[in-house]
Amino acid sequence: MVVPLEHVIILSGILFAIGVLGVLFRRNALVIFMSIEIMLNAVNLALVGFSRYYNSVDGQVFVFLVMTLAAAEVAVGLAIIVALFRNKQTVNVDEINLMKG
Amino acid sequence: MLLSTLFYISAIVMLASALAVVLSRNAVYSAILLVLTFFSLATMFLLLEAYFLAVLEVLVYAGAIMVLFLFVIMLLNTTREEAMPKLIQLQKAASLFLVVIFIFGILLLIVGGTTELHQAEVISTVGSARALGTALFTDYLLPFEAASLLLLVALIGTVYLAKRKI
Repeated sequence: MVVPLEHVIILSGILFAIGVLGVLFRRNALVIFMSIEIMLNAVNLALVGFSRYYNSVDGQVFVFLVMTLAAAEVAVGLAIIVALFRNKQTVNVDEINLMKG
Repeated sequence: MLLSTLFYISAIVMLASALAVVLSRNAVYSAILLVLTFFSLATMFLLLEAYFLAVLEVLVYAGAIMVLFLFVIMLLNTTREEAMPKLIQLQKAASLFLVVIFIFGILLLIVGGTTELHQAEVISTVGSARALGTALFTDYLLPFEAASLLLLVALIGTVYLAKRKI
């Protein structure tokens, strides 16, 4: 491997933390969505690192499936955001509080 | 040596651009910086000898997904949204608490990881499209078919959501 496995894992953890930060701090639904993509990619990085470490193809198959899932998720999620915007004229998640008691 | 330097450089670029995605005021800038994040991640996949996945990363993420994102941002025309609205006090405290716990966990990993996980030189045999394809169509045939079903469901769901007034 080019670098020790632990560096890959630490990098993946930091990237995941950045994604969590985005979901927690931002109120724009689109940016929250991008942060979710960042988190998915952090997991992908860890999987590829382990796959290289054990010289096993299993991790890469998982990454492949995660990418498929991300594509499906983005398509449906963006459709939901567009539908929300049509009804509420906003993508600010704090203003979408129809189900709040 | 040169390769590991390249790895660390792309790691720094990736972290910086990911942070900029989160902190940027303009959603379009966020999207463009996310493309940069994906490109540097693809570089890292290349250096970890996952060649096929590196190509997929650029094609699927930087190509398809980001075009979708930019399309929706332009469609909704919400580019001039303020970036950091005032969060509720409790919300802010809870967010900070969670993020600090997360960073703490990572620091623990850095400090506690005494065993060097550096592998002796093993030639990678799993990065090519051939190896991945063989695994997908033999051992992982059922998940592969399930993924195709998932894509079909997503397609139908998106058309349904986009078509009528909900």
